[in-house]
Amino acid sequence: MSERLLAVSDLNVRYGKVEAIYKASINVDRGTIVSVIGPNGAGKTTLLNAIMGVLPSQGGIEFCGANIGRLTTEQRVAKGMCLVPESRELFAQMSVADNLELGAFTRYRRGDKGIKQSLDEVYELFPRLLERRTQLAGSLSGGERQMLALGRALMSKPTLLMLDEPSLGLAPLIVKEILHNISNLRSTGVSILLIEQNARAALQISDYGYVLENGDIAMEGLSKELANDPKVIESYLGMGGAGQDRDKK
Amino acid sequence: MDSTIFLLLAQDALTNGAIYILLALATILIFGVTRIIFIPQGEFVAFGALTLATLQMGEVPGTVWLVVALAVVAAIMEAYRLLRMGVSREIPAAVARTLAPPLVVSGIAYVCAPLNLNLGWQVLLTVMLVTTLGPLVYRVAFRPIADTSVLNLLIAAVAVHFALVGLALLFFGAEGFRTPAFSEAQIPLGVLTVSGQSIWVYVMSIAFIGLLAYFFGRTMYGKALRAVAFNRNGARLVGISPSLAGTLAFALAALIGCLSGILIGPITTIYYDSGFLIGLKGFASAIVGGLASYPMAAGGALLVGITESYSSFWLSAYKDVVVFTLIIPVLLWLSLRSVHFEEEE
Repeated sequence: MSERLLAVSDLNVRYGKVEAIYKASINVDRGTIVSVIGPNGAGKTTLLNAIMGVLPSQGGIEFCGANIGRLTTEQRVAKGMCLVPESRELFAQMSVADNLELGAFTRYRRGDKGIKQSLDEVYELFPRLLERRTQLAGSLSGGERQMLALGRALMSKPTLLMLDEPSLGLAPLIVKEILHNISNLRSTGVSILLIEQNARAALQISDYGYVLENGDIAMEGLSKELANDPKVIESYLGMGGAGQDRDKK
Repeated sequence: MDSTIFLLLAQDALTNGAIYILLALATILIFGVTRIIFIPQGEFVAFGALTLATLQMGEVPGTVWLVVALAVVAAIMEAYRLLRMGVSREIPAAVARTLAPPLVVSGIAYVCAPLNLNLGWQVLLTVMLVTTLGPLVYRVAFRPIADTSVLNLLIAAVAVHFALVGLALLFFGAEGFRTPAFSEAQIPLGVLTVSGQSIWVYVMSIAFIGLLAYFFGRTMYGKALRAVAFNRNGARLVGISPSLAGTLAFALAALIGCLSGILIGPITTIYYDSGFLIGLKGFASAIVGGLASYPMAAGGALLVGITESYSSFWLSAYKDVVVFTLIIPVLLWLSLRSVHFEEEE
């Protein structure tokens, strides 16, 4: 169970002279959900992009025991990593079905026969995508788009799924549904690295958590413990913090 | 102008329009996938027609040597790139992958050239040679600078255009060629006689457009190319590499150009530099479609074909001037009509 899937050690990412991530180390074990929380601009998205190879970085990135630091994004996809970015990056002018099918592009190249079956599984997971399969992706609502982005990612049968703010811009009820879907994914054997501003929800569905501040890992621990940590509560879990402020006055 | 001339010109317009449709499709495809405004598209047309003409004479076309030379350069570039990345272990395999297909194709062409095969086999040889040229041009001239601005890519495209025209002069000489028609038939149609070759052009263009529609609409690789054109980042995230897509797009564009050249070879005399003007008309058609819409580009191609044909009757010396001037009001209309969205990138 605790076999290491992703090991990021001393990762540095810089935009020109600005250091966006400094010596960040995080690990994801097989079959677990790991969340990274932190304020705006802490470098959460940068971290995911660096792991996916969208941004250049220095330091060690090991996936399934092999150093993948030199691989291109496409090669990392072929190795079983998949990123659902905050902007979803769907093919808006193509149909829902085409979007899903393209998610399996690397499997198709490998001659994988199970693509049709994966498509059925995704439709089973998100019945709404089945209803809308001939519609253009650009015509979907926000929640449906997130489902499509998730579905497209799942079509690549990833070992590690990285989600950047899956709840961003969605109505609370839909957020609940999406997060419920994500925690259910664990049973399919996929490991998840989740980035969320909605820290409470992220810690609820994850096993382990990291707090990223100014490009640094400021704290880490089991999600249950983090959720009860006074500092985390004050800075990220809202309500409690507000109450404490009032007390001080 | 009487009705016979009118119909004759209409037939011309359709024949040329069909070719411009094909070239416009290739231009849009390359621009969408790689952001390159591919000026040398017409050179594939000239190389197609002239390679076939040389094979007809039982000689080895210069295209064979160009393919070999570009393959060697591409292999060296690939080896250097891998060396710099520090993965020298992968060099032999990569070099073999780069060299093998072009060498096989040019080898077959070299052996078969003096055999005086029948027209069908020669067409096949020509298509194989010129189609191989496409990905090689992409690998050598564009892939190393694939991430630069559209302007830089355009400048490189112009350079490739000059290089290919110069090479065509070297390979095929300054003389023009006309390849034999696929069909000598003359079909009377009322007052009009339709040549068998025109029918070939219509049928082949329509068949090929149908094939392309199937490729882009139904196959995984076709959809992948469209995906890259729509959303480059999204395509990378599902594992479609830009260089794979670029290679595929250039192969298709070269194939389209070559087929166009073979189709019009029997109708017009093709010189080493004829490709440019033909390609430019395909480009003008593509512009009507905003370098993005295939159906509108097809309409634009027919418009260009019709304008060209009728202006050649009244203003034969200025027919190209008329064609390209016509693009100005179209562009004006498009620019007034277009709504600017925020830049997506």
